[in-house]
Amino acid sequence: MSTTTLIPHATHAPEQEWSLPSRGRVAMYCLIIGESAIFTIFVVAYIYYIGRSLTGPTPRQVLDVPIFNSICLLSSSLTIWLAERSLERNKIKHFGAWWALTLTLGAIFLVGTGIEWHTLIYEKGLTISTNLFGTTFYSLVGLHATHVIFGLIGLSTVLIFTLMGKVREEHSERIQVLALYWHFVDAVWVVVFTVVYILGR
Amino acid sequence: MADRTFPVEGTLDLTPARPRENTWLETAHEWVTTVDHKKLGIMYVTYAIVFLLVGGAEAIAIRIQLMWPQNKFLSPEVFNQFFTMHGTTMVFLMGMPMIFGFANYLVPLMIGARDMAFPRLNAFSFWMTAFGGLLLYYSFLGGSGLYGVGSAPDVGWWAYAPLTARAFSPGHATDYWALALIVTGVGTIGTAINIIATVLSMRCKGMTLMRMPLFVWLSMVTSGLTLITITPLTAAQIMLLIDRYLGGHFFDTQAGGSATIWMHFFWIFGHPEVYVLVLPAFGIASEVIPVFSRKAIFGYPAMVAASVGIAFISTGVWAHHMFTIGMTSVSNAFFVLSTMLVGIPTGIKIFNWIATMWGGKIRFATPMLFLTAFVFQFLAAGLTGIMLAVAPFDWQLHNSYFVIAHFHYVLVGAIVFAIFGGLYYWFPKVTGRMLNEKWGKWNFWLFLIGFHVTFDTMHFVGILGMPRSIYTYMPDRGWNNLNLVVSIGAFIQAISVLIFAANLVWSLFRGEIAGNDPWDAWTLEWAAASPPPVYNFSTDPSVESRRPLWDLKHPEDPDWKYE
Repeated sequence: MSTTTLIPHATHAPEQEWSLPSRGRVAMYCLIIGESAIFTIFVVAYIYYIGRSLTGPTPRQVLDVPIFNSICLLSSSLTIWLAERSLERNKIKHFGAWWALTLTLGAIFLVGTGIEWHTLIYEKGLTISTNLFGTTFYSLVGLHATHVIFGLIGLSTVLIFTLMGKVREEHSERIQVLALYWHFVDAVWVVVFTVVYILGR
Repeated sequence: MADRTFPVEGTLDLTPARPRENTWLETAHEWVTTVDHKKLGIMYVTYAIVFLLVGGAEAIAIRIQLMWPQNKFLSPEVFNQFFTMHGTTMVFLMGMPMIFGFANYLVPLMIGARDMAFPRLNAFSFWMTAFGGLLLYYSFLGGSGLYGVGSAPDVGWWAYAPLTARAFSPGHATDYWALALIVTGVGTIGTAINIIATVLSMRCKGMTLMRMPLFVWLSMVTSGLTLITITPLTAAQIMLLIDRYLGGHFFDTQAGGSATIWMHFFWIFGHPEVYVLVLPAFGIASEVIPVFSRKAIFGYPAMVAASVGIAFISTGVWAHHMFTIGMTSVSNAFFVLSTMLVGIPTGIKIFNWIATMWGGKIRFATPMLFLTAFVFQFLAAGLTGIMLAVAPFDWQLHNSYFVIAHFHYVLVGAIVFAIFGGLYYWFPKVTGRMLNEKWGKWNFWLFLIGFHVTFDTMHFVGILGMPRSIYTYMPDRGWNNLNLVVSIGAFIQAISVLIFAANLVWSLFRGEIAGNDPWDAWTLEWAAASPPPVYNFSTDPSVESRRPLWDLKHPEDPDWKYE
């Protein structure tokens, strides 16, 4: 064989529009599919073990429904969407404001979870090793809280860049990919909330 | 339409200039810091071959122990460690890196891209996988911490609860096992995401989904399957570590936990995992068989549909590993039927490969020899699979050597054969030199003979009642001669693998110069130089059929007229 190569080039077909999906979005959707599988396993374990603890306390005795927390987290999906929209329209100030609000709402949720856990552990005596309820509760809610923490790290990074004036309209797509993750974290909370605080009680 | 100029303008590519003379340290630095999909692919495959030898050595030790009744070659403890490490190594440190190595190297080249979608994620994933393997093997030294002499995991690669509980598996060996699999799992997920993003978002102009080479299709389907199968394992390992370290009760039967649920979680991962490993093997078969039969693949759309179908069905069959635990007859029936359903898309594939060969001008070079054996062995493996899918039959033979023989028929007879074929087929592209054909033939025939001596015989030992995972047996069971035969077959395979390793090293330096397209193939990777330059293609290719190089070589009769 010669040392030169021929690379195929289409010659007969008329020039066509050639568009491909954004790799960032594709990757984030894939990550979400994978994460959903992890959550599914933990949710299945939670549902399977409802009412199977051999000792107390039971969910009904110790769990309070975190309504304020949930409202904060779910409304952050709305604020992040408003932030995305502002950036698309090149309103950087609006973007920064909505983004900061999203971050605050997420942080409130996390602090709320922390307070809930503190009460459960120190006042109501439920730890991860107390009974099956404790094991499944802390691992499922904890897994979600871990995802909130990762989300907050991402949100804070963007906020720092925004304050430094580095975020511009052209970053819209990347911001939207990150926002997709945040929407996922919120959507998972709907499932976790339903399973833990409604079905489980 | 017929107005085609040849050669096409702007298509001149240059072979890579003579590589720069680097010092040893510079070369090492270059490989460690690389984000190039080809180098990462080579590292994946090299890593996998190293662990093929390690896992193979463990298998040989197991077979020496079982050669004679009441043999004293391995102690019972070491025997348990070896079959655990053999299984874990071959699945996670040999199989997975091997298929991801192939995909890493080939997918961008086959779709006419310059790299993966996320090169740095790619490097991260490789190193996670690599360090996961080191973590697992470090357990031989550190398994019992400072106060012990060290022990490797000995809970079986399925690690059933409650054996993995702190009370029954003290020390750190089981933790090394769980952590190593979480770490390699992260790497695997990263690569899977990367491959899907690459396939969907990096295709060259004209490379529509239905024009992609089947290997690319199967890599994408595999990656999709990986996303939903490796993650349940990760979740289950996290639960196991919560149980072991934080006093959780997930699998703790004394606190109301369930050992069965671990089995479910493990096999929700474990069964599709087989398809994660075998689908890329299908991809290799679908590339090699047409080229060596000199015919386009038969029934391309059916092949794509069958691949996607297998992926979907495989997620709903896991409990056929658990017929003996006493499920309801409804669930037994469900899993019997869903398992048998896999036979339909798989059958489509086997028919299509045979139809591709049918009437073709077959060249039996080493890659084709391996892939021909692959088709027939995979068929046989599928048939014993159908037998085991029948719940009452499974009750008889569960946990016997019949099961071991069945899944080694899939993992070795199909997957390892396809991998060998793939290595012989693409080695010229990767290194610029051919693997030696004469040694290749020795490699093939010895491996074929060794394989059948070992695993055909193993079916009979299983039917005669020999259970798996036992470290020795009494002389009056009637298994003595058969076990000796099985072990002899294992040695023949080992010799064959060593021949392969020698061939690999020898051909790397002394092999015949390959040129860009030694097999007269049709997919885009053969349009790049051998080895391809860092940027793969000097100009972005564009394609108008499934066989762009055929179109280029045969402008009078191009494929796009018929597709």
